[in-house]
Amino acid sequence: MKILVPIKRVIDYNVKARVKADNSDVDLANVKMAMNPFCEIAVEEAVRLKEQGKAEEVIVVSIGDKSCQEQLRTALALGADRAIQIDSDAKLGSLQVAKLLKELVDKEQPNLVILGKQSIDSDNNQTGQMLAALTNLPQGTFASKVDLEADKVQVTREVDGGLQTVSLSLPAIVTTDLRLNEPRYASLPNIMKAKRKPLEVIPAADLGVELTSKVKVLKVEEPSQRGGGVIVESVAELVEKLKNEAKVIA
Amino acid sequence: MSILLVAEHDNSELKVDTLKAVNAASKIGGDITVLVAGLNCSGVADEASKIDGVSKVLLADNAAYEHSLAENLGALVVDLASDYSHILAPATTTGKNFMPRVAALLDVEQISDIISVEGSDTFTRPIYAGNAIATVQSEYAKKVITIRTSAFDKAALTGSAEVVSIGSEQNAGLSSFVSQELTESERPELTAASVVISGGRGMQNGENFKLLDGIADKLGAAVGASRAAVDAGFVPNDMQVGQTGKIVAPDLYIAVGISGAIQHLAGMKDSKVIVAINKDAEAPIFQVADYGLVADLFEALPELETSI
Ligand SMILES: Cc1cc2nc3c(=O)[nH]c(=O)nc-3n(C[C@H](O)[C@H](O)[C@H](O)COP(=O)(O)OP(=O)(O)OC[C@H]3O[C@@H](n4cnc5c(N)ncnc54)[C@H](O)[C@@H]3O)c2cc1C
Repeated sequence: MKILVPIKRVIDYNVKARVKADNSDVDLANVKMAMNPFCEIAVEEAVRLKEQGKAEEVIVVSIGDKSCQEQLRTALALGADRAIQIDSDAKLGSLQVAKLLKELVDKEQPNLVILGKQSIDSDNNQTGQMLAALTNLPQGTFASKVDLEADKVQVTREVDGGLQTVSLSLPAIVTTDLRLNEPRYASLPNIMKAKRKPLEVIPAADLGVELTSKVKVLKVEEPSQRGGGVIVESVAELVEKLKNEAKVIA
Repeated sequence: MSILLVAEHDNSELKVDTLKAVNAASKIGGDITVLVAGLNCSGVADEASKIDGVSKVLLADNAAYEHSLAENLGALVVDLASDYSHILAPATTTGKNFMPRVAALLDVEQISDIISVEGSDTFTRPIYAGNAIATVQSEYAKKVITIRTSAFDKAALTGSAEVVSIGSEQNAGLSSFVSQELTESERPELTAASVVISGGRGMQNGENFKLLDGIADKLGAAVGASRAAVDAGFVPNDMQVGQTGKIVAPDLYIAVGISGAIQHLAGMKDSKVIVAINKDAEAPIFQVADYGLVADLFEALPELETSI
């Protein structure tokens, strides 16, 4: 069993994004970057499946310029076996990313692909589903539990009403939700070992995919800010204000 | 222009998300057709036919659609797509699941989670946990869009569209439904409630959420939670409010024992009035609160319950 885990380099989740003065985009200059938290959960799940003897190989892939090799090395330190960077400095949409990943799925023939359900920068929540469509594979999105068997996988999904469990034939695409696992930290010896693990670079242009996004970003603005509030001194004052000032309770 | 909007429902009831999505659709303009796909869901189709602004309801009543499996529902929508310029669905977990599949099969980039319609091809959407709002324009002939329903009001129920049954059965045979565990509650749904009271790690355990229940019952409120409260097992996952949980914008949001991390704020900061109860005067939640009460929640909540 072979597992492919696509990962993304994004703004660190503790950092609040700021909009550029010219409203062209978010300013990422000198901002701390990290692996998307949902991708960390995906790497962790794949590594655990390997540790349980249910998978033989975990391959991580990231699409981006050379800087995403940092996150690939992190994934190798967390237990992935080898890494692939699809080299591109284009601004890609989820569809272009899914098409590139499809080329890799065709080449590597993994039994399972595990992705994060959304990246915390573009907040799209699309790539895994698109990859599943392009490869004509079943999908188990927003997973909080993954039971991998020889010829199928059972995925428990976090849905608006609670939990839903589906059974998917293999190969399959899974996207992770927060409760799937708690990712480990990389140990120093594993970080050292990761430096010697294979990292292959494939130019995106070699994969024959149209990379131009046809969704144009016209502008990026700050959201409207909330006006300053007040501190009330007591529950009685709070209730009085909610009734008579805000008029939100009767 | 012609719009196909996929309804959110549970086979017996149409969800409010659909009414809000129709309102978003009418801002785009053109005829609106609502697709109700499910099993034994003709009652839902009848309800959908009453939504103001809807000109037609398509009913696909088939076991293949009972659980909204993305592989089947996606194939059905792709099959219908040729007649429409816009394909829309509310950004619920169902919409998020099948819509990107539709987009990819149509070779179109999806625009997720729109919060306003600026034109038939131009929309705004939050990015970076709502810390930036992007205005985006789609150059595709067909637009595939999910709608953040908290940003739109409900359409009224005064219409009378025709309901047309379609015989289609798209069973991809790739996935099957095994089971579900749905949270039963007498209270309104989080995304439909006009008052939401949420608890965080400060609640300490699931038992203490009863302190919120009493207040919720008096206010007709839904009860939500922070990620920390869900991760700790105090309450189920469907109660999580935030960037990666449910997005709410009620008239009144009461955050109790929640610090106000950006990911939580992303799910509630468009509420009309925000109340924060937290014992730490420095907690970031106070920066977005209209009314802040610096207090121990175990003292404040019982007092609040008796005084409303
Ligand atoms: C990828 C990712 C996605 C995330 N998505 C979400 C999301 O969708 N929603 C979300 O909520 N979070 C999300 N988070 C988590 C978020 O970063 C915070 O960790 C989380 O919101 C913190 O929850 P909390 O405020 O309940 O806990 P804490 O930050 O621990 O805050 C607890 C608060 O309770 C107060 N308190 C304690 N005891 C009392 C008392 N007796 N009386 C009064 N006040 C008390 C404390 O002063 C403190 O302010 C996400 C994180 C990541 C990395």
